[in-house]
Amino acid sequence: MSRVFISRDSTALSLGAEKVAATLQQLSDTKGLKIEIVRNGSRGLFWLEPLIEVETDQGRVAYGPVQAEDVASLLETGLLEGKQHPLYLGNIEELPYFKNQNRLTFARVGLTDPVNIDDYIAHDGYRGLKNALALQPADIVKHVTDSGLRGRGGAAFPTGIKWNTVLNAPAEQKYIVCNADEGDSGTFSDRMIMEGDPFVLIEGMTIAGLAVGATQGYIYLRVEYPHAKVALNQAIAAAYKNGYLGENIQGSGKTFHLEVRSGAGAYICGEETSLLESLEGKRGLVRFKPPLPAIVGLFGKPTVVNNVISLASIPVILDKGGEYYKNYGMGRSRGTLPLQLAGNIKHPGLFEAAFGMTLREILYAYGGGSASGRPIRAVQVGGPLGAYLHEGQFDTPLDYEAFAAISAVLGHGGIVVHDDSVNMADMARYAMEFCVEESCGKCTPCRIGSTRGVEVIDRIVDGTQKDKNTVLLRDLCDTMMYGSLCAMGGMTPYPVLSSLNHFPEDFGLPAAKA
Amino acid sequence: MQDYQSQKPIVLDILDAHRTMPGNLLPILHGIQDTLGYIPSAAVEDIARSLNLSKAEVHGVISFYHYFRTTPPGKHTIRICRAESCQAMNGKALESHAKQTLGIDFHETSSDEHFSLEPVYCLGNCACSPSITIDDEVHGRVTPEKFDQLLAACKGAK
Repeated sequence: MSRVFISRDSTALSLGAEKVAATLQQLSDTKGLKIEIVRNGSRGLFWLEPLIEVETDQGRVAYGPVQAEDVASLLETGLLEGKQHPLYLGNIEELPYFKNQNRLTFARVGLTDPVNIDDYIAHDGYRGLKNALALQPADIVKHVTDSGLRGRGGAAFPTGIKWNTVLNAPAEQKYIVCNADEGDSGTFSDRMIMEGDPFVLIEGMTIAGLAVGATQGYIYLRVEYPHAKVALNQAIAAAYKNGYLGENIQGSGKTFHLEVRSGAGAYICGEETSLLESLEGKRGLVRFKPPLPAIVGLFGKPTVVNNVISLASIPVILDKGGEYYKNYGMGRSRGTLPLQLAGNIKHPGLFEAAFGMTLREILYAYGGGSASGRPIRAVQVGGPLGAYLHEGQFDTPLDYEAFAAISAVLGHGGIVVHDDSVNMADMARYAMEFCVEESCGKCTPCRIGSTRGVEVIDRIVDGTQKDKNTVLLRDLCDTMMYGSLCAMGGMTPYPVLSSLNHFPEDFGLPAAKA
Repeated sequence: MQDYQSQKPIVLDILDAHRTMPGNLLPILHGIQDTLGYIPSAAVEDIARSLNLSKAEVHGVISFYHYFRTTPPGKHTIRICRAESCQAMNGKALESHAKQTLGIDFHETSSDEHFSLEPVYCLGNCACSPSITIDDEVHGRVTPEKFDQLLAACKGAK
């Protein structure tokens, strides 16, 4: 019996992985070859998907990118024995793109069967929970505080401090809410975790529950991720069945229940208070803060709201200790960040690295430059509300503070590359238009400001009172930035102003001085 | 347009199944749309009564979320990603091609009721832009030619 791995990750599926798996099964049956196809997550080297990995005497051997019509010739030349073929890649873990990563959170993604709990445990799964069950809540929180882990949202708030607030908030019911509403364009690390290693998120949330005294958790998942929902529900069912969720977890007397809830296509529900409103069954209108969700959260109770990657980073911290995690990174940005390379890039994919690498290294040494072969002109980091960076800024290290110093954000680690065919006035207009589309409407600067913003950019591009309208656009951005209730209106000026400042010629304005 | 009387028992069943769930309105709306393809306007009154909300509150929730629809969709729903990563890989050309080929704009359904076209802001498939979904299937690196092939395959499968 040969074990063969073909991904069930959405991106692999979007390139034909299902057909590859079906063809391989069919041809093997015809030839009387005994195979077991494991539908794993993706290694994240997306230009090589659909990828086939085969377990052989020499370890795992990869082939890619494979289309259904390649399968016959692969079998012919000895796929199951790991023999040579034009699509032969060898051990994928030895390719520089993979080898030079620090895979802490993504350690198992692409390696294991995502919904097989035995496979998860065999690859160090649930070790963090085991340790957590032997600790007092305050000690669990201390490990997280010591790790230096910061939330992967725009604010990069220290996770340990948030947990400590919930721990110390007295209440008969508390909640853990996972913000799986990863709506930022260019980001897909949450989706990859949920499809490729859902147990790590479940374990992280269970530990969070133990740490703060919460017995119920919700994963608020984007409706755009149907495959993630299937994987999460399969994994949750397995965790319940094996005593890792529910009452009396592993005989400890502790309880934690977990449920997946679907969002409904509103970007704003990625904002934590809007997300809570949505979970309560309302329109996703942003709440005023304070009170913080840590004190008055879901259904009015103290609630930890964390992103997927923050929660999925918890098991390794509780397994190996806060200090271990802290040893990765630079400055006040500790641990690793799963970067997502997307847009016009030759080697798109997921790259988990310690903080501190430069954008240039990622774009050229690993990303291989643009997909079109034209020069890279603008790079948006941190989602649709992140700033556009120009060539002169590519040496900035990936660090929260270094990015803040150039009026940019790291956010979720999404990197979207544009070549020199991009028109940056169009991108600035799109940013305002996106805000019109997705604003919850509660505060005026965001709701009205974005609509006026589109009009003002149109007038600048038209050449109508260019100078006057440019001043007006800056003024409007200022109002949105400082007057909006949340980051939707508050950060829309980032892509707009960075486009205007770095690429004024696209607006028909004099070029910026180098 | 289907008669609500034939849909009503389905709506009431879904309401009943979610009666004790905290924060149940979104799961109820998903349940109805998953089963019927859309949320009939006539269902609003039943939902409101069951949840002890006003009709305006229920309508307010339905209209807030892009995903919910109040008219029946075509046989297949095509969603085209309009986000930055897809734009960086000629997504706009794909949008125009799709609109022209189908003869409809976003939020519309073709006259043969075969296809509905919706915009979407990120499918999480940014590494293989531009991306679309047809019903629940994601397709990456979609060129206008590939779009036509996918459309033909859908029609072939009717």
